[in-house]
Amino acid sequence: MKLFEYTRAGSAADAVRSFGPGTMYLGGGTNLVDLMRLGVAEPDRLVDVGKLPLDAIEEAGGRLRVGAAVRNSDLAAHPLVRSRYPMLARAVLSGASGQVRNMATTAGNLLQRTRCPYFQDVTRPCNKRQPGSGCPAIEGDHTNLAILGTSHACVATHPSDLAVALAALEAEVHVTGPGGDKIVPMPGLHRLPGDAPERDTVLEEGDLITAVELPAPPPGASLYRKVRERASFAFALVSIAAVLDVRDGTVAGCRIALGGVAHAPWRAEHAEQVLVGGPATGEAFRTAAEAELERARPLPRNDFKVPLARNLIVRTLEELAP
Amino acid sequence: MDITLKVNGSSHSVPVDPRMSLLDLLRERLGLIGAKKGCDHGQCGACTVLIDGRRANSCLALAVATDGSEIVTVEGLMDGDELHPLQAAFIEHDAFQCGYCTPGQLCSAMGMLGEPGPSAITGDLREDPGLTPEEIRERMSGNLCRCGAYVNIVSAIAEVAP
Ligand SMILES: Cc1cc2nc3c(=O)[nH]c(=O)nc-3n(C[C@H](O)[C@H](O)[C@H](O)COP(=O)(O)OP(=O)(O)OC[C@H]3O[C@@H](n4cnc5c(N)ncnc54)[C@H](O)[C@@H]3O)c2cc1C
Ligand code: SF4
Ligand code: FES
Ligand code: FES
Repeated sequence: MKLFEYTRAGSAADAVRSFGPGTMYLGGGTNLVDLMRLGVAEPDRLVDVGKLPLDAIEEAGGRLRVGAAVRNSDLAAHPLVRSRYPMLARAVLSGASGQVRNMATTAGNLLQRTRCPYFQDVTRPCNKRQPGSGCPAIEGDHTNLAILGTSHACVATHPSDLAVALAALEAEVHVTGPGGDKIVPMPGLHRLPGDAPERDTVLEEGDLITAVELPAPPPGASLYRKVRERASFAFALVSIAAVLDVRDGTVAGCRIALGGVAHAPWRAEHAEQVLVGGPATGEAFRTAAEAELERARPLPRNDFKVPLARNLIVRTLEELAP
Repeated sequence: MDITLKVNGSSHSVPVDPRMSLLDLLRERLGLIGAKKGCDHGQCGACTVLIDGRRANSCLALAVATDGSEIVTVEGLMDGDELHPLQAAFIEHDAFQCGYCTPGQLCSAMGMLGEPGPSAITGDLREDPGLTPEEIRERMSGNLCRCGAYVNIVSAIAEVAP
């Protein structure tokens, strides 16, 4: 690991002020320390923001504000999250382990980096790690990589479960930075790879996430489901956060976000459009899932994700339909 | 950098390199070799200790970032010469084979017993589920045992669970 300087920020403003070239923020460290140990991240300076007083969950005007430093375990255990946003609690609980969730922060979870095996291996080229060096995953091991919104430059997936639930809940990410304050609506935080896969999000250098704000939960029933290689403590092959509002047999509202299939949490807007105003039947769910997955461009070793995602959408909506 | 930690009840001030993990600090500087290094990547749980009362992977924690914290390792679970009931239950249920993962299992179980809230397998999120064997299994899934002693580990913890 390269030598670095460590400082602990006293406030959000203090953190932004002390951000300079070669600086990175440190949350719980569960992703960043690992990447530093692998030589993937080589900051000159860490500004610890994991102990900032941004660790409260507060209700205001029907909305819930979750501080950036709230631990994943506290988020999932909070009574208001459990009763009003069960999908969010389930998404968080489906990720990592009790130990990791005790350390991991809300902001750090959203900004964790891909688990693409080449990205983590500094002896291999990777456009995300080293722009322009190539993408060995396309010809090599892409079993767990993206099928939607990929580019010639990168087929990585975003690994966060929390982000998928927040994309369906249309949360707002509050940011402060050298350029001032801003609010980034989910699912708009994460980018598709395009020609610049080295950029995971729309945030600028030095931007600090201070909170995530949840609007009142959308009407309808919701679920978070995750398909993985073993029953727990594994990343998603495909995951889904879905909300379905059915009135008199007709779909009045629907939100579907998929994880494990793209460089960002994937809102299945085409499927949603097909469903809203139509009947809540298994056939309609299948048509909608197929409308979305027509857009999939799988590679030879991850084409199983297409039927997997389709079946997961159909089964989840069937379970949500009254 | 100098940091101050309370480890198993006693205070230590130690100079550390910012790159040092809490695990390496405990093992190499403080001589507390109970916590084990398995993967060094947060994937096996062998290094689990309690940081300010919560179970965490000490391999992923930078020692500098734990400045001012209270740490409990497996060495700190005993009360004087008396084994903690959890330790006694592990012996009684023969919850180990090689024992490499045991310190992490014990610290993880200690933390888990005090953790509120549901788990990924809890049916109704609004209720606090009891610690059934299934709940214990899910909650302990961050601790991998190469020797495959899971069944006895679960029964040992179940004996101590409220
Ligand atoms: C074994 C293992 C299994 C896992 N399984 C899953 C899983 O199944 N699902 C899942 O979703 N996750 C999983 N994770 C990932 C884990 O959830 C993340 O590592 C964690 O959420 C990151 O949070 P952190 O606070 O530790 O972030 P850090 O590692 O501290 O930081 C991550 C990134 O966020 C940046 N950052 C941190 N805070 C801020 C802020 N306030 N503003 C701006 N930037 C910030 C850092 O600079 C860094 O780039 C797993 C991790 C491990 C080790
Ligand atoms: S898929 Fe993306 S992260 Fe993986 S090797 Fe290719 S460029 Fe790198
Ligand atoms: S050594 Fe820390 S989790 Fe494996
Ligand atoms: S008893 Fe050997 S690793 Fe668990």
